[in-house]
Amino acid sequence: MSDAVVEITRTNGETETVARAAYEHPLPVRLCHWANAISLFVMVGSGLQIFRAFPSFGAKIPQKDLLNWPKSFAIGGWLGGALQWHLTFMWIYIATGVIYIGYQVFSGHYRQVLFTHRDIPGVWPMVKHYFFFGSRPDQREAYNPLQKHAYTTVIGLGVLSVLTGLAVWKPVQFNGLAWLMGGFHYARLWHFLTMWAILGFVFGHLIMVLLHGWNNFVSMLTGWKKHPDY
Amino acid sequence: MSAGDVMEPENTKPDADQAKTPDAGELASRPADPAMEKHEAAPSKPAAPEVVPQPPKPLQVQPTRIVRPTITQRKFGRVSRRELLKLAPVLALGAFAIPAFQEGLLKKGLAFSDWASARLYRRGHLATIFADSELTPFEKFPINGYDVEDPGVIFENWTLTVGGAVKKPGDYTLAQIQALPKMRHNTRHVCVEGWDVIGRFGGARLSDFLSMIGADTTARFLTVTCADDYYESLDMATALHPQTLLCYEMYDQPLTRKHGAPLRLNIPTKVGYKQAKYLADMKVTNILEKVGYWEDQGYSEFYGL
Repeated sequence: MSDAVVEITRTNGETETVARAAYEHPLPVRLCHWANAISLFVMVGSGLQIFRAFPSFGAKIPQKDLLNWPKSFAIGGWLGGALQWHLTFMWIYIATGVIYIGYQVFSGHYRQVLFTHRDIPGVWPMVKHYFFFGSRPDQREAYNPLQKHAYTTVIGLGVLSVLTGLAVWKPVQFNGLAWLMGGFHYARLWHFLTMWAILGFVFGHLIMVLLHGWNNFVSMLTGWKKHPDY
Repeated sequence: MSAGDVMEPENTKPDADQAKTPDAGELASRPADPAMEKHEAAPSKPAAPEVVPQPPKPLQVQPTRIVRPTITQRKFGRVSRRELLKLAPVLALGAFAIPAFQEGLLKKGLAFSDWASARLYRRGHLATIFADSELTPFEKFPINGYDVEDPGVIFENWTLTVGGAVKKPGDYTLAQIQALPKMRHNTRHVCVEGWDVIGRFGGARLSDFLSMIGADTTARFLTVTCADDYYESLDMATALHPQTLLCYEMYDQPLTRKHGAPLRLNIPTKVGYKQAKYLADMKVTNILEKVGYWEDQGYSEFYGL
């Protein structure tokens, strides 16, 4: 959306440019981002409380607890409460995902996010910059190839979290889905691992938000990013 | 006037976008192409007879290379604030953090999930049947009693008391239930906690029993109460499902006391807590006064798998 770049001037009529700003995040994207962030938080917290009821992936007898997750990092207080949160916020989580993907596809805005083969050559220079002190490659669009890769992957993980969740929730009605995942046990395991993969993204995402500063953060609130790199 | 002279000022025109530069270069190298001259360079060329003469536009030389739309600082601030305010609907989710609203909202959310579950439920769709080799050994089949492991039912006197919207209410003996066609299947038993076992269950189809007692199958629910004061309810679609059993056998042996003897429900399309043990009383009804032991504490009312 490089055409949505404006120059901010000091006063009306004067041509002195103070800053440039780019409109990076249309309203549907911002709404879905924040509603999804809240619902993801609730889904993870209540999911961990649900997991506490049977913190294992093996047999019930003899049960070997895998991870006795502390209650203070969980939402819902007890299994029934956690299920209420989980089964309520899953609809918000799904709705934000469906609206987001639908908007991206129909508006064509997905081009800003979707990682394609054209982004492959830019991956290595960006990896060198992020992890090996390489020089910063020129940026001509809102997201660099690694960002696109991360966002594209996490959208896929979001879809996977819903599909694995459906297989755990309704292993009979969606028995085809459960079968694809290797059965009910594996569906539950994939659901759990998908959560950790998403949390891995969130961890990296939050670090990048901190590193990229205030203007970048504000862009997800107002849509406008001051001083874009392109 | 050579083509080069024409192109030089063109490049400094404010609306000359960077993308046009290569075209301009190309044009300069091929000045003799009449079509190109007409379309791309006509305004600055001497007027051809058929073209309305247009004087060359005055050339403004500006310091900026690309002209962007401009916006004043004040207006940018206003636009930003307006865009920020448009996110206000997200704050509605904050209602879940208000103690006064929380319980009601979560109850509504769970009810919506139950409604969706009932819509997703396919009446004829069967739960997966497993091979004998996949069975969980009987001694590893967990026993979940909610208070006592054996309410001490006296088998000789036991009957199932049937009432509600049925043509033939009354007390039914185990022999009467066992006289119905016997079904056996290896199905997955899933607990709300997340564990599951594959067990072998035998008994009469609940739907066969319902036709025996002349139940009104247009009624919405079936409720059961148990010898240990446990109670449950089922939606009629699940009660009529071909795999829903009045179960009196597990692993081809009579039901043991710990597993709910003499009669329990086996419902492969429902979560474990729906599959009540020690059945004592059954009612067909349209109105639920209570839903179930766990449901009335906040668990899902439908919980179909």
